[in-house]
Amino acid sequence: MKTAETLTMAKALNLALRRCLEADDKTLIMGEDVGKLGGVFRVTDALQKDFGEHRVIDTPLAESAILGTAIGLAMRGFRPIVEIQFDGFVYPAYDQIVSQLAKMHARSRGQVPLPIVVRIPYGGGIGAVEHHSESPEAYFAHTAGLRVVTPSHPVDAYWMLRQAVACNDPVIFFEPKRRYWDKAEVDESLEPTTPLFAGRVARPGTDLTIACYGPMVRTCLEAAAAAEAEGRNLEVLDLRSLSPLDVDLVCASVERTGRLVVVHEAPVWLGVGAEIAARVQERCFYSLQAPVLRVGGFHAPYPPSRIEEHYLPDLDRILDAVDRATEH
Amino acid sequence: MPDTRPSEGPVELVQLLTPEGERVHHPDYELDLSDAEYRALFRDLALTRRVDLEATALQRQGELGLWAGCLGQEAAQVGSGRAMTPDDFAFPTYREHGVALTRGVDPLSLLGLFRGVSNGGWDPFERNFALYTIVIGNQCLHAVGYAMGVQMEAARAGEAEHSSAVVAYFGDGASSQGDVNESFIWASVFNAPVVFFCQNNQWAISEPLEKQTRIPLYRRAHGFGFHGVRVDGNDVLAVLAVTKRHLQQAREGAGPTLIEAFTYRMGAHTTSDDPTRYRLAADLEAWKLKDPIERMRSFLWKNQLADQDFFDSLDEESEALAVRLREGCRALPDPDPLEIFDHVYAEPHALVAEERAAYASYLASFEAEPGVPA
Repeated sequence: MKTAETLTMAKALNLALRRCLEADDKTLIMGEDVGKLGGVFRVTDALQKDFGEHRVIDTPLAESAILGTAIGLAMRGFRPIVEIQFDGFVYPAYDQIVSQLAKMHARSRGQVPLPIVVRIPYGGGIGAVEHHSESPEAYFAHTAGLRVVTPSHPVDAYWMLRQAVACNDPVIFFEPKRRYWDKAEVDESLEPTTPLFAGRVARPGTDLTIACYGPMVRTCLEAAAAAEAEGRNLEVLDLRSLSPLDVDLVCASVERTGRLVVVHEAPVWLGVGAEIAARVQERCFYSLQAPVLRVGGFHAPYPPSRIEEHYLPDLDRILDAVDRATEH
Repeated sequence: MPDTRPSEGPVELVQLLTPEGERVHHPDYELDLSDAEYRALFRDLALTRRVDLEATALQRQGELGLWAGCLGQEAAQVGSGRAMTPDDFAFPTYREHGVALTRGVDPLSLLGLFRGVSNGGWDPFERNFALYTIVIGNQCLHAVGYAMGVQMEAARAGEAEHSSAVVAYFGDGASSQGDVNESFIWASVFNAPVVFFCQNNQWAISEPLEKQTRIPLYRRAHGFGFHGVRVDGNDVLAVLAVTKRHLQQAREGAGPTLIEAFTYRMGAHTTSDDPTRYRLAADLEAWKLKDPIERMRSFLWKNQLADQDFFDSLDEESEALAVRLREGCRALPDPDPLEIFDHVYAEPHALVAEERAAYASYLASFEAEPGVPA
């Protein structure tokens, strides 16, 4: 049996969902247009045809209800994998996610686990209209009871989704939509050695650490390649999990390099980078040779797409921060 | 300005027992109970009221931080609660103390939330009674999801009938919430085996029904594609008959129903509320004449279904329950501070583990300090 094939991230996610549906008949897929259409990004392509309308459910257009009914289904023993069509459409479901999904296990003293995965395509860079390019991960990472992960490439997308579905806690699974078409060889026989809630070194380096996740990993790797041409050896960390956050990985890296730049598309203000900066200065203050710098979105609504490249971190803005951190 | 509200004829109210305790009949909803069953319903009503009064007193004594009373709503709760089978599942608001009692949930366990020693208090799966839900209307979607699960199990097993049905409790205020309206849509589209049980107690804290709706609430169901019915919420027999019937229909695959139990919140919204600021004493006096317990008492008396011994022994039982609640409430221990970190997640979480260890060590530092009482 062929176990490896070159897949886009969207196809890798699709394959992971297929495997989840095959492995456990309690798993369900729910969302808007996930059935016949296969989702607006085709991540659920052909799954309804193969598993039926009772397993892959086209829902009415109501995000709060997608989450609320998923909670009820989980209470009946099912494992719903729900899709929120776009980042900017998750807010109607925010109440159910924060007030109910996140708290139920604690308030029931462990009697009511809610093994629900909420898939959300997120981030910009695809020239989309308003409300289709946001990065709301910090809202969820801030909420106890939720786990928040985000893959950066097809192999992680495949395995992390399978691991998320196996997890007995609610997992918010952010998919970097602009990387849906990135390709890589996915080998289903190669079980991952990295646990779901750990980060990894995407590129080893010695001079400075860049911590990033999701769509920014590729951008940061490109920045590191450009920096190498200028004689700088940057380490790039793919955080993968934002709750819990692999602080050990970041601190171990900073202890080696002495310098840290955090990069994300989400606004810098009170974002994941702020937490990382705080944790790093608490844990490795004396290893730091420069202040921790952050590169990310602005304290402004996501802009119209014709100027989104000014909002999104790119090679130049990342390398500018690298310069500032190095010169310090 | 002309009144453009739709008119659909007179508002109907299903009633099997008049406020005077006369047994009447309804062509669609019959109920045939034994004498013992009638008495059992009265016992539920009386015990519910005693639990409610005791909890209110405990709040006044400072033993509870808050209590959301159900005074006046006992029939709506007991009637609907007793309509359920053990396999049915109830999703309550935070006021369904009478339903809890009928499900067999120990009333003492209801107090933890209001005393501030718990955010839950019971195992929802033990009696198929979900935890109280404070965010208005959230639970209606959980109820529909649970019902969809029941339905899927039947579909997979090739069975036409469902093993259970679900009751979603909410109030007149919640009827304005998006979640409640979304739950109507989903239940209707998926034909889920759920009964939406609205206790219209006329008041959402200080806001009267007119602030929530321009048509009788039960008629909203029509627009969502299912049947709605208004029942006298102070008539335990009518509530029981109506809920029983629609739960059975749901189990048979007929989909959802909206039951509007027309009742009155005789007490305050919660012990923190002051209804004298927004409603007339005369209204309360009028509703007192429709008291759900008094009409059942007079029905039992008039028809010689219960004797003085029955009422005397029920009084004794109620008092014993009150004593148990009082003592049990005072004995409810504060949780250990480190329980803050328990069950946040089902699986280990690095941050929670780190914060727990740090706080445990901080607490321990006081114990180690000489001269500082632990």
